[in-house]
Amino acid sequence: MSERVAVRKTYKLFIGGKFPRSESGRSYLVQSSNVSLASRKDARDAVVAARAAVKGWAGATAYNRGQILYRAAEMLEGRREQFVALGIPGDEVDAAVDRWVWYAGWADKLAQVYGGANPVAGPYFNISAPEPTGVVAVVAPERPALLGLVSVIAPAIVTGNTVVVAASPSEPLAAVTLAEVLATSDLPGGVVNILTGAITETAPTLAAHMDVNAIDLTGVTDAALATDLEVKAAENLKRVLRPAPADHDWSVDPGLDRMTALLETKTVWHPKGV
Amino acid sequence: MTATTTSARSELSELGRSETALRTFLHGLPGVDQVGAEQRAAQLGTRSIKTTAKAQAIDLAIRMVDLTTLEGADTPGKVRALAAKAIRPDPADPSCPHVGAVCVYPAMVPYVAEVLRGSGVHLASVATAFPSGQAPLEIKLADTRAAVAAGADEIDMVINRGAFLSGRYKEVYDEIVATKEASGDAHLKVILETGELATYDNVRRASWLAMLAGGDFIKTSTGKVPIAATMPVSLVMLEAVRDFREATGRQVGVKPAGGIKTTKDAIKYLVMVNETVGPDWLDPDWFRFGASSLLNDLLMQRTKLTTGTYSGPDYFTLD
Repeated sequence: MSERVAVRKTYKLFIGGKFPRSESGRSYLVQSSNVSLASRKDARDAVVAARAAVKGWAGATAYNRGQILYRAAEMLEGRREQFVALGIPGDEVDAAVDRWVWYAGWADKLAQVYGGANPVAGPYFNISAPEPTGVVAVVAPERPALLGLVSVIAPAIVTGNTVVVAASPSEPLAAVTLAEVLATSDLPGGVVNILTGAITETAPTLAAHMDVNAIDLTGVTDAALATDLEVKAAENLKRVLRPAPADHDWSVDPGLDRMTALLETKTVWHPKGV
Repeated sequence: MTATTTSARSELSELGRSETALRTFLHGLPGVDQVGAEQRAAQLGTRSIKTTAKAQAIDLAIRMVDLTTLEGADTPGKVRALAAKAIRPDPADPSCPHVGAVCVYPAMVPYVAEVLRGSGVHLASVATAFPSGQAPLEIKLADTRAAVAAGADEIDMVINRGAFLSGRYKEVYDEIVATKEASGDAHLKVILETGELATYDNVRRASWLAMLAGGDFIKTSTGKVPIAATMPVSLVMLEAVRDFREATGRQVGVKPAGGIKTTKDAIKYLVMVNETVGPDWLDPDWFRFGASSLLNDLLMQRTKLTTGTYSGPDYFTLD
């Protein structure tokens, strides 16, 4: 009997619910695992997948989106050991599951809190309702590897946006493992797309892409790069989320800001007729 | 050499006179190696076309597009808008070429003709009881004459697949000859509907039949059956037009239609044209794409090459 040779895992991209290798064929090593190095074309493909998913995801009922996100949290809980094996503290995995559940709960509540009837000086019934922005590009923070990632993805998708996430180049394993969690939950393909590799390669493509509606620069630590991305994002008036680059404490109550930053408000004037 | 070619030509032109001669000739064509054709087509799809070559390919592909709308819901307003788009596909960029033609149902031809007049964009009309072709010959010919009279300068006819599949080649031949005559000066594109022909051998036979009968173009599909243009089918047709020119000296165009949606697909076809029949066919007069959504993808890729940023469907018309 020869000794069994362990099968090494290749960490691939997550685009449109599938796990393709980078179109460029490139990869890089992280913790002695091969991880795909995404190219500009992969970023473009991810945007196409995200755009295709908007209609179904934004059109699903808020209740349905919430249920799907709860399910994702259950799957995340079930993979706890896998994340711990990647070096993520157990506490952080628990916090990530809790964070996911917390955001899932907002799916069918945010509209009541953030929208509502407006008093107007006329014989009209006037209501404002929050609607998703569309495709959101997210540059994920480096640390905490899992909680940080969950804390930027969940608030974007809970309201009906779809995301293309540029994972932290140094922490892609947690991101791809999270992708496996999402792929085995009921989340439709394309709602979350994850690119691993160099931020300097994918982020400018996403920032300049005319079919991306918002960009979250949370994970960009280089001020010059952040400015460059903001300039590129201005071309089609993307919403830009650029939190102060302080040492963000991800463990505290995140509040509603991350969700509301990625919403559009639709206001309807309705002749009352009563 | 010249003597043989001339005698071969006269022999080929005699074929249409008898059912037996046609059958003997068509069944005498060499069979298509199915695996070989599929492998060759797949191999041609792996060529990498980048930067300036890609820019040229995109502009050529735009010039080759037959911008098509063949819906029951077509309205004069919709086809007018489509015709305007055909003339100036990217209003933001005057250097963008116009497409090859607009392709509509006969009833829509007058509205398109108004818009296209003097633009250099051809006006194609489907005819002969498109897409099934299951109507009496007089009706098919009247359909054709009406389209030409309304201003179409290209006619896309369908062959009688029922007759072809049951081996009545002469009937198919005669219908094409009659439609060619009814088309007058208009170019005749013969739709083989390869998705219904079942085998590559049949595609080769139908291609030859259409060319012998006088078709100016052979076209793969109507776009109305599940299997439309595929690379191997187009390869077989390209080989047929190449061999036909060698035998007769007459060049016939090819138009794959249906299912070609992305720039990548279009470039694969252009590579195949170049490597199978050569650059003589790399021209809108000899090769066309029957497509509707392809144009927007070509425009998006073109914008990417000129501006450096990826564009989105929000910036192009829905049609």
